[in-house]
Amino acid sequence: MSGENCVRLEFNVSSENFASAGSASEAVKTRLKLLGINSRDVRRVAIAMYEGEINMVIHAKGGKATVEIYNDRVEIILADRGPGIADIDVAMKEGYSTAPEDIRALGFGAGMGLPNMKKNTDEMRIESNAGVGTTIYMTVKLT
Amino acid sequence: MKISEIVDAVNAEVLCCKDKLSDEVFSACAADMMSDVLAFVKDQAVLVTGLCNPQVIRTAEMMDIRCVLLVRNKRPDAVILELAETKGIVVLSSRHRMFIACGLLYTAGLSGGEHCV
Ligand SMILES: Nc1ncnc2c1ncn2[C@@H]1O[C@H](COP(=O)(O)OP(=O)(O)O)[C@@H](O)[C@H]1O
Ligand SMILES: [Mg+2]
Repeated sequence: MSGENCVRLEFNVSSENFASAGSASEAVKTRLKLLGINSRDVRRVAIAMYEGEINMVIHAKGGKATVEIYNDRVEIILADRGPGIADIDVAMKEGYSTAPEDIRALGFGAGMGLPNMKKNTDEMRIESNAGVGTTIYMTVKLT
Repeated sequence: MKISEIVDAVNAEVLCCKDKLSDEVFSACAADMMSDVLAFVKDQAVLVTGLCNPQVIRTAEMMDIRCVLLVRNKRPDAVILELAETKGIVVLSSRHRMFIACGLLYTAGLSGGEHCV
């Protein structure tokens, strides 16, 4: 793929304090806006990445986020070494959540994250192994 | 309507971004679950919520929401207000409960945007 322009951003997503969860997504959103990408596309990336980032914080003790911005698309890779997702088809269902009550009190854990990530991306692939971790690949095409 | 009219309608206190009170907003949404905001909000510029943590501001930022109205006299801490300030999001606090606050805003002319999901 020589000649293809790409801006690559990397973030460590820490789960140590919930207040900072979402700061990687926030930085990506700011960057996309600066690059002049239209607000609808920016918002799709922001929503998908933010839900994924929150998942890494609440379900997996943090991880790594890599974002590649190309001329025609944004690619997001969220990788963690958390407990993994036992049944991805079940996890993708609206309303399915294993989040405990204290997470719901923080405004998350409604089981809407993964389906909303799917809805806001053009491609989404989940690789997950119990006890090893989860990696989610998402692509948003720029219009 | 102007954000200042929201302030009047629910007798709110302005906690940050006072310079943006004359900005115009047309519709609002109300939720305590941020995932619902991320899943169902379209272009509503005002979020009415009883939740009070930094993720409320982050969610607002992701959805291009310009004004957050905290109900039940919720008081955000300095971290929340600092985040809102840098994002230019107006934070208001009202003593009304959620239902009453929404009713007052609806009566004052703020719409809900789309009718059903
Ligand atoms: N990174 C992850 N690591 C482990 N489990 C996850 C991860 N992301 C999602 N899950 C599992 O999938 C479920 C559904 O996720 P989601 O749709 O985002 O809903 P919620 O986060 O509200 O529970 C979660 O409750 C959790 O069991
Ligand atoms: Mg989630």
